[in-house]
Amino acid sequence: MTEAVPLLSVDNLALEFRTRGGLVRALENVSFHVGTGEIVGIVGESGSGKSVLSHALLRILDSAGRVSAGRAVFNGLDLLAAREAEMRAIRGRKIAMIFQNPRAALNPIRKIGQQLEDVLMQHTHAPRHDIKKRAIECLEQVRIPDALRRYHAYPFELSGGQCQRVMIALAIAAEPALLIADEPTTGLDVTTQAVVMDLIRDLVRRNHMSAILITHDLALASESCDRIVVMHAGHVVETAPTRALFATPRHPYTARLIGATPHDCTDVRTLASIPGSLPDLRAASLPLCRFSARCEQYTSACDQPLPLAVFNQHHSVACHTPL
Amino acid sequence: MARKPVWGTIFRRLLGALPSLAGVVVVTFILTRALPGDPAAFFAGAAATPEAVEEVRKQLGLDKNLAQQFLRYLSELAHGDLGQSLTTGQPVSTELVNRLPASLELTLFGLLLAAVVAIPLGVLAATRRDSWIDHVSRLITTAGVSLPVFFTGLLLIYIFYFKLGWAPSPMGRLDPYASAPATVTGFFIIDSLLARDLGLLTASLKQLLLPAITMAIFVMAPLARMTRAAMLTALSSDYTRTTRAMGLSRYTVVYRYALRNALLPVVTTLGMVFSFMLGANVLVEKVFSWPGIGAYAIEALVASDYAPVQGFVLTMAILYVLLNLVIDVLYSIIDPRMAAQ
Amino acid sequence: MNAMFKHARYVLQENPLTLFAFGLFFFLVLLAAFGQVLAPYDPLASDTAVALQAPSLAHWFGTDQLGRDILSRVMTATRLDFAIALSAVALSFIIGSVLGCGAGFFGGGFERAVGRTADTIMAFPLFVLAMGIVAALGNSVANIVLATAVINLPFYIRVARTEASVLRNAEFIEAARLAGGGNARILALHIYPNILPPMMVQISLNMGWAILNAAGLSFIGLGVRPPTPEWGIMVAEGASYIITGEWWIALFPGAALMLAVFCFNLLGDGLRDLIDPRRRT
Ligand SMILES: Nc1ncnc2c1ncn2[C@@H]1O[C@H](COP(=O)(O)OP(=O)(O)O)[C@@H](O)[C@H]1O
Ligand SMILES: [Mg+2]
Repeated sequence: MTEAVPLLSVDNLALEFRTRGGLVRALENVSFHVGTGEIVGIVGESGSGKSVLSHALLRILDSAGRVSAGRAVFNGLDLLAAREAEMRAIRGRKIAMIFQNPRAALNPIRKIGQQLEDVLMQHTHAPRHDIKKRAIECLEQVRIPDALRRYHAYPFELSGGQCQRVMIALAIAAEPALLIADEPTTGLDVTTQAVVMDLIRDLVRRNHMSAILITHDLALASESCDRIVVMHAGHVVETAPTRALFATPRHPYTARLIGATPHDCTDVRTLASIPGSLPDLRAASLPLCRFSARCEQYTSACDQPLPLAVFNQHHSVACHTPL
Repeated sequence: MARKPVWGTIFRRLLGALPSLAGVVVVTFILTRALPGDPAAFFAGAAATPEAVEEVRKQLGLDKNLAQQFLRYLSELAHGDLGQSLTTGQPVSTELVNRLPASLELTLFGLLLAAVVAIPLGVLAATRRDSWIDHVSRLITTAGVSLPVFFTGLLLIYIFYFKLGWAPSPMGRLDPYASAPATVTGFFIIDSLLARDLGLLTASLKQLLLPAITMAIFVMAPLARMTRAAMLTALSSDYTRTTRAMGLSRYTVVYRYALRNALLPVVTTLGMVFSFMLGANVLVEKVFSWPGIGAYAIEALVASDYAPVQGFVLTMAILYVLLNLVIDVLYSIIDPRMAAQ
Repeated sequence: MNAMFKHARYVLQENPLTLFAFGLFFFLVLLAAFGQVLAPYDPLASDTAVALQAPSLAHWFGTDQLGRDILSRVMTATRLDFAIALSAVALSFIIGSVLGCGAGFFGGGFERAVGRTADTIMAFPLFVLAMGIVAALGNSVANIVLATAVINLPFYIRVARTEASVLRNAEFIEAARLAGGGNARILALHIYPNILPPMMVQISLNMGWAILNAAGLSFIGLGVRPPTPEWGIMVAEGASYIITGEWWIALFPGAALMLAVFCFNLLGDGLRDLIDPRRRT
């Protein structure tokens, strides 16, 4: 980055889960940054540690998870070392999050209006009688039709797309600086997907927020993101501006992902699939390059510690034999 | 959003309870006819002459066939006629109605005490999972459910009446010199409050406390366990994660979100809890000479006086069906998803 | 098998209480087997010269109002209490598992009838129903066993029915059917054995409850008659002496009762962790 200090900068983040089956090393050496006003995509197949990463940033991990190394500096504050009280001032207010499966992510027995008010009461100091008005405004902002009536609805009375709009309303209620959207459209039908993505993009741009878009769908990320971080099995394998990533992918995994993505004019029949599966993260000795077992470029040199090759200041890749 | 009114829900739940009610009536009828040997001889009593036995047989309709007997049983039930006690000569239904409030007061107060202790305990155990408080609560609740109620009752009497002298003598709802408050609800606590008689209130509370604690200790375990399990589920749910991600205070997260959701499954287990309590009620009434319907049934059992026992079983079963109905309705009121169905 | 053993060791380490429960269980089984022989006195021999004596070296648990040795009575009673609970549980296990298994497997009218029966039993407060059954069938130990079995029946029916209806559509059942197995054969050889593990958990959770119920019934004067030593009735005999301070008459049989129930409850929990770690609460 040539400009000022990024809004969020994550360095060498490592994270483990203690489980009955042993230690799961879910994240290792994860580094990336998000600039002000930027939309960054985090892409990787399911299980590569994207959600866990976002939970770690907000420190809302399960009790079994533990950050074992690294820093995540947001606005000068290391989120991973901050006190719990400081985190409470950050969550929802400076950094907000949208989850996959919006229906389950909303309290099933509380009116959505009340859930919005809970957030507003926590983060704004609006007087009591204003809160309801603000809540309805939030619902209108996410283009929920008939907001006044929906205010009294329970999540089960809304469609999945509407629930996701409510989630978005909750997330932007306190006008945070950074929005993390974890698979915001997975599980919605295709037209709703497009509408929800448009809404998120619009709100982010209009309110001058930054955003992290987490998805397993490279095509979806390419439509909205300025830069893309590709993850595989808990490692960041490549980071590049969207265009550069598609034009010259450097990591074999990225290349495969692009090959597996229906893009512009690719024919469905020529879609490649990625052979093999993610390694078991519980294994006592994981290879240094967690992609090596699935990689066609694999050589014995790959068993050396991984370099983070920087091609230019915007494009980096973690591979011994980059393309 | 437009929702169906509560009355509709109540009506549908009532309909749903009908099969249970029918089952209860059939089973109690079978139980009245299953008496070993000649039921007429039983109801006539041991000292009855053969003529008297025949007389009773006619009176009870035992000379008719089973279908006719069942119809007769139904019509008697419809008239609130549960037969007469041999020992007191009183109609069973009158006795039961007079004694029911005592049993209910004991059971409900016991449940209240249990809930007041068990729910916070379950919440603590869940929020501090695997801490010492979790282990201690697990041990205590397992021990609590292993204690036979009649034994707990006796232990409490020994400690608090004989040793410490804090509790009054375990003989009924009031000591013999006090007179009961004017009957409104039949619950002494409520009636003495209505009569603004504080002395009477403390007197009846003192009598009630020990047996109610006995009941509470017994049902604390299932309540606390269920609360803990439901809290763990709620705390690890997606919506709780949302509230944490939104920076809501821990109080809001734990109580306004997780606990309220966790109480739903707890309410559904109340049915089982009541089943335990109504059974335990009988034993506790015997230990504390509590003048409820359980004690009445035991006295009758000992005297081989069957009509009161049968009336008691039927009353308890109907009470239980009704309590389940109340739980169902309560559930559909607090869970908007049910109300909308 | 090895994995099972490892898991068992893990559960025991995680939960030392289960280990303790196993120890207690063996102790109680020994008492049930040999209590009568090991008892220092004749449990029925009364001796008014030593009536109502507090625990001493001669009488560790004291003596009751007739001068009988309470320790001997408590030890002797173990067998009867276990026998009642065990036969009741065995009875409801056999009937309940067969009915529930058939209901889950065949479905249809049979399932509805079995379900209705279970629901009707559950429509009563269970202990009260047991009282009613004993009162109607006659006041005997056999009827206590029967009543306890009836009120336990729904639990077995439900567990067996759920398990069987899940298994019904399992692949290996399809395979057995294709291999030419008739319904009876499939039920007996493939379904029934597979519902046994969850039933085991149910049994050990139920044993404690069965003991409590049986003791409760004899406490109110049903079934066992004096002077037979049985924990429930011994507590009942001691009840009237509590308010005059002779605590030991009721305490020791009551404590034995509690210990036995506690043991089975702990075992049930441990067994549940062992067999189904997911459902751990
Ligand atoms: N609570 C947990 N306990 C143990 N392992 C976990 C837990 N949560 C996530 N993981 C592991 O972390 C890895 C990444 O999971 P996740 O972040 O959900 O992937 P993604 O969101 O990319 O699909 C997975 O391998 C998963 O097994
Ligand atoms: Mg995910």
